[in-house]
Amino acid sequence: MGYTPELKELIKRVEATRPKRLEMARKGENFPALTLEERAVVLEKFHPDYQKEGRRPVKTGPDKGLVLPEEVAMLLESRSMLRPEHVKLDKVDFDTDVLVIGAGGAGNSAALLAADAGCKVIMVTKLRHGDANTMMAEGGIQAAVHECDSPFYHYMDTIGGGHFTNQPDLVATLSHDAPLSINWLEGLGMMFNKHPDGRLVSRHFGGSSRKRMNSAGDMTGAEIMRVLRDEARSRSDQISTIEFTPAVELLIDEEGKCGGAILYNMETREFFICRAKATIIATGGNGRLHIKGFACTNHYGATMDGVVLCYRAGVGTTCMWSTQYHPTGVSYPEQNVGLLITEKVRGLGAHVLNVEGEQFCFPLEPRDVESAEIIKEALEVGKAVLTPTGRYGVWLDSPMIDMLHGEGTVRRELPAKFIQFERHGIDISKEPMLVYPTLHYQNGGIAIDGDCRTVIPGLYSAGECTGGVHGENRLMGNSLQDVITFGRRAGIVAAQYVNSGVEVKKLTMDHVVKYEKELAEAGVENPVVAPILLPDYSTDEVASRRLLQVQGMLEAE
Amino acid sequence: MSQSESTPKKTQIATGDRAILPKGAKTIPIFIMGKQYEVPETLTIMKAMEFAGFQFLRGAGCRGGICGACPTVYRMPNDYKIHFGLACQTVVEADMYLAQIPFYPANRAVYKLEDIEARPDMINALYPELFRCVACNNCTKACPMNVDVLGYISALKQGDIARAAEISFDCIQCGMCASRCMGEIPQYHIAQLARRMYGKYIMPKAEHLQKRVDEINAGKYDGLLEKLQKMSHEELEKLYKEREREPDLAPNGTWVPQDAQYL
Repeated sequence: MGYTPELKELIKRVEATRPKRLEMARKGENFPALTLEERAVVLEKFHPDYQKEGRRPVKTGPDKGLVLPEEVAMLLESRSMLRPEHVKLDKVDFDTDVLVIGAGGAGNSAALLAADAGCKVIMVTKLRHGDANTMMAEGGIQAAVHECDSPFYHYMDTIGGGHFTNQPDLVATLSHDAPLSINWLEGLGMMFNKHPDGRLVSRHFGGSSRKRMNSAGDMTGAEIMRVLRDEARSRSDQISTIEFTPAVELLIDEEGKCGGAILYNMETREFFICRAKATIIATGGNGRLHIKGFACTNHYGATMDGVVLCYRAGVGTTCMWSTQYHPTGVSYPEQNVGLLITEKVRGLGAHVLNVEGEQFCFPLEPRDVESAEIIKEALEVGKAVLTPTGRYGVWLDSPMIDMLHGEGTVRRELPAKFIQFERHGIDISKEPMLVYPTLHYQNGGIAIDGDCRTVIPGLYSAGECTGGVHGENRLMGNSLQDVITFGRRAGIVAAQYVNSGVEVKKLTMDHVVKYEKELAEAGVENPVVAPILLPDYSTDEVASRRLLQVQGMLEAE
Repeated sequence: MSQSESTPKKTQIATGDRAILPKGAKTIPIFIMGKQYEVPETLTIMKAMEFAGFQFLRGAGCRGGICGACPTVYRMPNDYKIHFGLACQTVVEADMYLAQIPFYPANRAVYKLEDIEARPDMINALYPELFRCVACNNCTKACPMNVDVLGYISALKQGDIARAAEISFDCIQCGMCASRCMGEIPQYHIAQLARRMYGKYIMPKAEHLQKRVDEINAGKYDGLLEKLQKMSHEELEKLYKEREREPDLAPNGTWVPQDAQYL
């Protein structure tokens, strides 16, 4: 295990250039960052989002004509797993004030704040309570908490990092609420990294003008998720959580308001009608669609369900064409491929190096720029390392961290990463890591306003499934802040709506009938059934045997 | 080395979540709940089970070793030991004999954090079974995250909440400790309570944060954010370029920027 002799030989080149690079770092000198003009050039040429193939206009729905990745367009042109004419909507199985769909960071925050406002909440999730990308976010959570910083600079860094394509009201909400969110989490008992006097330990990150990245070890998201889940469990008098039961269709009442959803128990294959005065979609991202074949860092359930449900009901998207490739996914060893190496490694001073052990980019560019520069170094310059399994990689010089900040820093600041590599015989405090860009985040999503409202009354959305706050590129630490800030807002605003006196009228699935008619008229043949709920990673051989079986069954009917 | 060899432009790059198998990789037999399947070596248990045709509902989560959905127990031939690992992190070995334990029941005490204090006797009252621990260390041996479970349970028996919180920090709440406990203790729930008590009541408060929260609630930044939302792309870009960057090595809370008008 560990590095092969060939790779060990290459590591010597990294070690040879290290003393000089360390000297630079100690003087606070950096490899020069690109200008805005230079960024545009490298993005245009090397970032997968900017390339034409694999994209096409979507044929139906509120964003008809919008050019999207094939994998996304196909799911938007999907049909329901239910036949509306066979569903009895008058028999209500669950009745609640607020239905929260998704039980990750945004869903739990929304549920808690709605409960605070006196609402009865049902929170449903297709996997376990807390199974979400939130759990996996390692590096930290942004908030302008120090004296040299302010919401102004949080706004500025976020919208500049997003190439000024962000939706301004959402960025304002994010930067305004961020410190409130941190304060809330602190009050819930989250173990933030702090200085002895209680001051938050905050660091730089790609695209930052101020140290604004707050963290809890290198498992910030997991710590947030544990705390929120525990709090939601403490509130079981108001919040019922139903696991392994996703929503598979929204219900719209005869006045056009959202009136709940149809739930599906994946273990017993039963469907349930859930009537709710307000519904909050917090279903997370779409990494598991593997756009352009890239490996991904996402949770098993990241299949874009919420966007599909909303789109069918007439809610459009914002920035849906944009996907984030994280610059540093693992490319060796094979067992860890695609997994994320937090940006914190570079925040702590580790350089990014080519096969010669030379720096070729500023290590803390915004993520899309950093990714494009790494892809360029591999494809055009030809100076990437080639792993034994035919993957590209560049070095991430993690041993610099202990040398800059004292022995034991890697073990203390990056405990989860340390264990993950140690399992495979690599000590990242002594040997560098091999990394390459990996599919990481759904930048775009459901269109909302600064108070999480969609165009349908009673329907709200928050978190990764929404679009606009990050524009076409998200900065590190804004995703965790997104789920907490907008989750909280969605809970508050939905509760206000409920408390203002809402009466859900007769429930319908007319929007589904209408959408499927539109599909037929647009000539979409054999639309896929969605939400797909889970990916399938069986081999072609296994899948082909299943297909025969399925066809046989259909013929027998 | 010729130019073309040093620039491997045409190399096929691995795609998607199915691993590329190293050249010449062979298959090995593994036993999934007693039934034999041939799977490629070097894969994780999770990817090997998917290769064999399993599609997970329970037993898969983050696939990155942090969510606790895929704890797995296994034995090896000629080895009396029982082994524990996460299916997404453990590489298959020939003749591995395995089963997943995606869920293990453990009782969680009912409490509201705001109604309690960070006192050892509070924990003892909520979880009296804590003292059923016989220090057998089976919990620690079962932990796929190498958490010193017995260490934090012992710390709690001694009333040291802070130490228990620190030791248990890497816990992913998979439940393997509870599955092996002779004293039938729900360790990971107790650790969660200890960490929240520590975070809320023992760790020093971030006073600068409270100050910022008060400023925000008083509306200090409302006008500024209003103005930003109406700014043209050109104005924003100009301000973006003019930002000063906080020096890398400046300790938190010490640096004073030249331009203070937006603070």
